[in-house]
Amino acid sequence: MAELTQPIASPGRRTPATAQKPPRRRGRAGGAGRQHDGGPIAYLFLIIATLLSLFPLYWTVVAASRTDTEIVTPPTPLLPGSHLIDNLKIVWDEVDMTTALVNSTIVAGCVAFSTVLFATLAGFAFAKLEFRGRNALLTVVVATMTIPPQLTVIPLYQIVTNVGWVGHIQSVILPSLVAAFGVFFMRQFLAEALPVELVEAARVDGANSLRIIWHVVFPVARPAMAVLGMLVFVQSWNDFFWPFIALNQQNPTVQVALQGLGSGNHTINHAVVVCGALVATLPLLLVFAVLGKQIVGGITAGAVKS
Amino acid sequence: MATSVRATSDGSPRSSRTAPRDTRASGDPGPPAGWRSRLYRLDTKASPYVYIAPFFLCFAAFGLFPLIYTGWLSLNEVQLGTHAHWVGFRNYRQLWDNTFFWTALRNTFTLGVISTVPQLMMALGLAHLLNYKLRARGFFRVAVLAPYATSIAAATLVFVQLFNPDYGMINQFLGHVGVDHVQWSSSKWPAQIAISTIVTWRWTGYNALIYLAAMQAVPADLYEAAALDGASRWRQFVSVTIPSIRPTIFFTVIVSTIGATQLFGEPLMFGGTVGYSGGTDHQYQTLSLYMYDKGWQIGELGQASAVAWVMLLILLLIGAVQLLVMRNRRKLGG
Repeated sequence: MAELTQPIASPGRRTPATAQKPPRRRGRAGGAGRQHDGGPIAYLFLIIATLLSLFPLYWTVVAASRTDTEIVTPPTPLLPGSHLIDNLKIVWDEVDMTTALVNSTIVAGCVAFSTVLFATLAGFAFAKLEFRGRNALLTVVVATMTIPPQLTVIPLYQIVTNVGWVGHIQSVILPSLVAAFGVFFMRQFLAEALPVELVEAARVDGANSLRIIWHVVFPVARPAMAVLGMLVFVQSWNDFFWPFIALNQQNPTVQVALQGLGSGNHTINHAVVVCGALVATLPLLLVFAVLGKQIVGGITAGAVKS
Repeated sequence: MATSVRATSDGSPRSSRTAPRDTRASGDPGPPAGWRSRLYRLDTKASPYVYIAPFFLCFAAFGLFPLIYTGWLSLNEVQLGTHAHWVGFRNYRQLWDNTFFWTALRNTFTLGVISTVPQLMMALGLAHLLNYKLRARGFFRVAVLAPYATSIAAATLVFVQLFNPDYGMINQFLGHVGVDHVQWSSSKWPAQIAISTIVTWRWTGYNALIYLAAMQAVPADLYEAAALDGASRWRQFVSVTIPSIRPTIFFTVIVSTIGATQLFGEPLMFGGTVGYSGGTDHQYQTLSLYMYDKGWQIGELGQASAVAWVMLLILLLIGAVQLLVMRNRRKLGG
């Protein structure tokens, strides 16, 4: 689904998921509701699903290392070729991939950092502190997840134009500094993980709010902050709609550069286009290869918490 | 930040009823005397609002204000860099009379349906499979999530190659099973199916993991009881699993619908140079693309704003319908 909303709203799914759930029975039957052994048919379907998931990724590597002619001549090659370096050179000739990678890293890094920081603060307040209007405000947070970027880009574009930020990455960073999904994610985590006694004890001991945040909340929240940071980074790295509008080919993010590569004025070299896609995807695939289990754990574990 | 809370607690009285201390940064909540305790109370009272302020300030600036301003713009004639000038509902009337708007509306609907319904059903099936006791379960989970790591842009560029009518692998494969030369970009339904394939590929695994998490929280006794009653596995899936995770299903439906309403990058890049118009005949132009076309290709920001607000109205409508359905289901004891 469109880039922003779906990942953003996804952890929201866990509210209703758990709202009317009977108490969990972890520890029984291996912790899950049902743990039949998977039969051959289950494995067969899973292997098919795995192949369908991974094949386009594998073929990206294949096509990125072939020549244009090889790709457009059936039968399509299924094994990697030897032109990866040549294609990479052409990618770098046609679009400013270095700038794009640096920009994407800065944007995704800033967005992830600020989202995690503010989400942890707000999530802590919503989970553990008493204040007037708490529930109403939390509802507002959840409701904001449903607003699509299309409804904000026109005024944002006018503003960005007026202050001369078109083509500058701060125009992409600023509107993404907070995320409702992050607030909700941290609230869900801290509601369960942070014992209220810990906060009270710190208060009784005379710790002020800042100290409580620094010495109590952050240490407890750290694993969730890491997962949230990764999710936001992935999402920001892959974000397309607003960067496409606010930036240009002189100073793009990776996704914007890819778009330029795919619809370039030159005769399109398909191998080079796919090679660009590979460059854009590889950093995240590496992260997934290393931290895949943690990311999966973050998505699933979060979804069960109430 | 040198001392930790734990260190602070050493040697200081634990009761909150003791007299105000002068050794610590802030006082006790109990006694009303002294500026320290007032400061303390201010701290407790105000800090929640301070913590949530960044979110709400940013949202007000970059979410709420633009949202409302878009609504105002939609009632004006305005180009980039010009002053807005009031035209009432003229932009909406022009949309109403524009065939391409209706095409875009229809495309958004059909693309939305064919990219979410099969996707969520497959995700459900996949989650069911992943819920078995498996060898290499970790591998399977990461593998089905891998497409989530790709971007719209990258995935679309690769699928454009796979779906190429002349040399693409998919037509080659279909040729082997006797389906000849599907025009994946120039004819309407094949193009829409191709685009929804990209969406489905990227999101099925992710939704499957969400479902899996919900399934794992279904208590085992429900299955035991069903098994005692002689229910087959399929029967258990239909009458235990599905009802138990229904709230999750509803939520994924809502979220996916919202996502489908704003499809933009996939059709844009699928179309290459004709992406803005959603293909030569607007055969896969979505509302988002139509809005971009109006606002940035033609330069009529007022009309583009009207399209945006139509999208908002549609989303509200869908949301209301889904809420109603959910309420009714609950009442019926579903």
